[in-house]
Amino acid sequence: MPDQLLFAMEVTLNGLMAGVMYALVALGFVLIFKASGVFNYAQGVMALFAALTLVGLQDGQVPFSHLINAIFGTELHHFGWHLPAIVAIIGTIAVMVLFAWVVEKLVLKHLINQEPIILFMATIGLAYFLEGFGDMMWGSDIKKLDVGLPQGINGWIDETTLNALGYGFFIDNLDLVATVIAALLVAGLVLFSQYTKQGRALRAVADDHQAALSVGISLRFIWVLVWSIAGFVALVAGIMWGTKSGVQFSLSLIALKALPVLMLGGFTSIPGAIVGGLIIGVGEKLFEFLVGPMVGGATENWFAYVLALVFLVFRPQGLFGEKIIERV
Amino acid sequence: MFDDQESFTTPDGRTIGGVMMEMKNITLRFGGVVAIKDISFDIREGEIRAIIGPNGAGKSSMLNVISGFYNPQEGEVWFHGEKRAPMKPYEVAQQGIARTFQNIALFEGMSVLDNIMTGRLGFMKSGLLSQALWWGKAEREEVKNREAVEKIIDFLEIQNIRKTPVGRLPYGLKKRVELGRALAAEPKLLLLDEPMAGMNVEEKEDMSRFILDVNDEYSTTIALIEHDMGVVMDLSDRVVVMDYGKKIGDGTPDEVRNNQAVIDAYLGVAHD
Ligand SMILES: Nc1ncnc2c1ncn2[C@@H]1O[C@H](COP(=O)(O)OP(=O)(O)OP(=O)(O)O)[C@@H](O)[C@H]1O
Ligand SMILES: [Mg+2]
Repeated sequence: MPDQLLFAMEVTLNGLMAGVMYALVALGFVLIFKASGVFNYAQGVMALFAALTLVGLQDGQVPFSHLINAIFGTELHHFGWHLPAIVAIIGTIAVMVLFAWVVEKLVLKHLINQEPIILFMATIGLAYFLEGFGDMMWGSDIKKLDVGLPQGINGWIDETTLNALGYGFFIDNLDLVATVIAALLVAGLVLFSQYTKQGRALRAVADDHQAALSVGISLRFIWVLVWSIAGFVALVAGIMWGTKSGVQFSLSLIALKALPVLMLGGFTSIPGAIVGGLIIGVGEKLFEFLVGPMVGGATENWFAYVLALVFLVFRPQGLFGEKIIERV
Repeated sequence: MFDDQESFTTPDGRTIGGVMMEMKNITLRFGGVVAIKDISFDIREGEIRAIIGPNGAGKSSMLNVISGFYNPQEGEVWFHGEKRAPMKPYEVAQQGIARTFQNIALFEGMSVLDNIMTGRLGFMKSGLLSQALWWGKAEREEVKNREAVEKIIDFLEIQNIRKTPVGRLPYGLKKRVELGRALAAEPKLLLLDEPMAGMNVEEKEDMSRFILDVNDEYSTTIALIEHDMGVVMDLSDRVVVMDYGKKIGDGTPDEVRNNQAVIDAYLGVAHD
């Protein structure tokens, strides 16, 4: 096989894996959008906040230590423990559920029946609040996140492809793990929504609020539930991205990458989020590989947005989204 | 007319019990619009109660008050002899009051079966964790609920569309599915907002038969809004007549038919 083709294959595979990461973030958006019609701008910050909390709990960091020390003149920084990853993860899930509950109580509850744009603005406010809150709680330094996920080149794939094709593919173990976890997450979500009482109620709310109310579903319970799930998805995304590139505030920017994914896949479709993520992942890697050198590189910064723009023009509802028909 | 708690037998041999729901001096305003003006009436156990009146009279608003979608500014709602605190629609539903909507509110993306199944949500007891841990129990529950839903599907004669996504059904069938979903909750009180609007004669006859059968077989109390006078006179035991938010008549079909205020409202006699 010609080298060029092998390179392209490797790039495609890596693109698929990167796409899984995008899909994970997009998934959180879709969940909330389907259930409540809210485009949750804070989804990216939620991933950041979850990752910060996870690291903080794991390392026994004292929350709000800056504030506490400034007020009381103390020198608190660490509790002096190091929690096992699983304990810290469970603790973080609890924090994200609490966050969902607080958001419903303080924000959503008061905005029932408001225009989507108002809710959207509320989530922008929420995003900046949460970013500042995370900063105050855990500090703004870049943190290393390690929950024991394998990282680095996968030797087996490298060797096998080297023997079979004469060229060893570089695939990161972390990307492989992320793919498996994302697949499990989606399978879990599908089982949940198809076979449990709460999942059925969630689908009902996503379909029609009025009808859902009439069969005895509490919208507010469902909102707490769906924000909790989105918080969990954010945690998973936060773990993956955080392990890859450290927990830093630029993490919240991955939310911006989810936007073109959603435009591609449709805002209301879970399969859409997955496929959209994969297309963007592969697309931008291949584009950089094939066209990048001709235009001076760095196409990954804008390719996704241009692709999304093209989609907006020709298929505004996305690949899997519901067709938007205005009834006149 | 009748004693509040005493039951009596209708001409066609059905037993009607004491007062189940009582609306006392209900007033509902939307900004400057008074949709309901100081209306009182009751619904008795086991009866079919019709609410009629010209367009915009406030009929749907009244149904929305009963089902908790609207909260009246004034007045009291009494249910089973107890004064009801202001409630959310889902709380009302959990008390055994099911409803349909004038403009049909179905889960368009779900199949007929799944739509009716949502009516059973209140019967699904096992929580998230127990569902994950004890498949057996959850499965037994699921089977029981499925059986109840299948019975309703048979009853409403919609076996052939069980798996069809509701969004693809014609209007008349949608109304039928919506009734099915309300029935699935096994309600004590069933509220129907124009169950036959937009139907042809044959469909109306079917729907009338279903309503009568539900009332007869399960002794479900029914309050319904309907414009077709023939249907109203055939189905209902007692009728409330509304006009411009006010109650202008209340009684048996024969009584309201001969009520001058009602005749005037329907003939469009000018209001003073
Ligand atoms: N949510 C609402 N907001 C504002 N006004 C409302 C609302 N719901 C009803 N109204 C007003 O209340 C009045 C009564 O409306 P309602 O829908 O109860 O009438 P109706 O008797 O059901 O009429 P129809 O036979 O046309 O269904 C109307 O003037 C209507 O515009
Ligand atoms: Mg109406």
